[in-house]
Amino acid sequence: MVPMPLVLPFAELEVGQQLYWQLGNLRVHGQVFLSSWVVIGALLALVVLGSRKMERDPRGVQNLLEYLWTYIRDLAREQIGEKAYRDWLPFIGTLFLFIFVCNWGGALIPWKIIELPNGELGAPTADINTTVAMALLVSLSYFYAGLSRKGLRYFEYYVEPTPIMLPFKIIEDFTKPLSLSFRLFGNILADELVVAVLAFLVPVIVPLPAMFLGLFTSAIQALIFATLAANYIGEAVHEESH
Amino acid sequence: MTSWLLLATAAAATGAAPAAPEGGLFDLDATLPLMAVQVVLLTFILNALFFRPVGRAVEDREGYIATSKAEAKQKLAQAERLAADLSEQLREARQAAQTLILEAEQESDKLYREALAAAQAEAISVREQARRVIEAEKDQALGALRKEADTLGRLIVDRLLPA
Repeated sequence: MVPMPLVLPFAELEVGQQLYWQLGNLRVHGQVFLSSWVVIGALLALVVLGSRKMERDPRGVQNLLEYLWTYIRDLAREQIGEKAYRDWLPFIGTLFLFIFVCNWGGALIPWKIIELPNGELGAPTADINTTVAMALLVSLSYFYAGLSRKGLRYFEYYVEPTPIMLPFKIIEDFTKPLSLSFRLFGNILADELVVAVLAFLVPVIVPLPAMFLGLFTSAIQALIFATLAANYIGEAVHEESH
Repeated sequence: MTSWLLLATAAAATGAAPAAPEGGLFDLDATLPLMAVQVVLLTFILNALFFRPVGRAVEDREGYIATSKAEAKQKLAQAERLAADLSEQLREARQAAQTLILEAEQESDKLYREALAAAQAEAISVREQARRVIEAEKDQALGALRKEADTLGRLIVDRLLPA
């Protein structure tokens, strides 16, 4: 991007620049992994801190963890159904927590202080690789959920209620991961860009409303991703009542 | 999956076209599978560290609360039954006392009346007897008086006539 003389160090704008790491003949985006490790570390620290000493009368961080747990359980139970939600609770919960902490971490941690040779740190979910990876995991898991629960009868779902639905249901299998990944990626990237552009133009006060909106969007996007993932799994394991 | 790989190579190709040799927003590469592995690992770690223990704690507590609530409800029902029992007993006892009092009152009333009647009857009979005694004595006295008067009269006549 164009370097400006008066720009603060945390208000630079780079789009599509990546910090490449070479692993054998594979290339990965280093900045995504760096920030995701920070995020995962924070998440694990919170979890370990809160669940170290579980008591019947919860104290301190345990309250937060139990609140999160019941929130995720209610979400999973509502979307997947009473019978199968237990198997998928950890997956849905991990998606929700990981995306949520990624999004908020991207917005709240002053990453730009850390100078990288190329690219910049930010929310891991603002990278298409992360969101596509999670969307594909969701696809795999709903196929797995349906096949393991119903066997080949899972494919009856494609011709219900009428065989006319077959092409649409097949297309849906492609649009689901596509929309999941691009919705999350687009929202988080757009939010980061808006904040970055505003901070680039007017470094004080003006970006604040956009930042608050960004936090709101971040939370909503995490919720949407987890809810949709749970919903897809629920659709796959749903037993038609004949 | 293959469509994504095609898209990835396409994105990499278009990303490679500009001045920078690589980059771009839609640059899919080995980050994707590695990130997927990372998320799966995180799922297992969080399951062991978070979802399982916290779930057990929450559900244990829910079970504890449910059983305590059921127990308390049972105890409450028992207490209510006992209270109803006792109040029933109390009511019966009150009723029994009431009837006892009533009976006693009636009894004493009857006794009083009987005693009164007996006393009155005795008084009447005593008076009657006394009256009869008086009457008899009066008759006797009158008879004696008459006899005396007769003798006196005859005496007077005897004395006067011979003389």
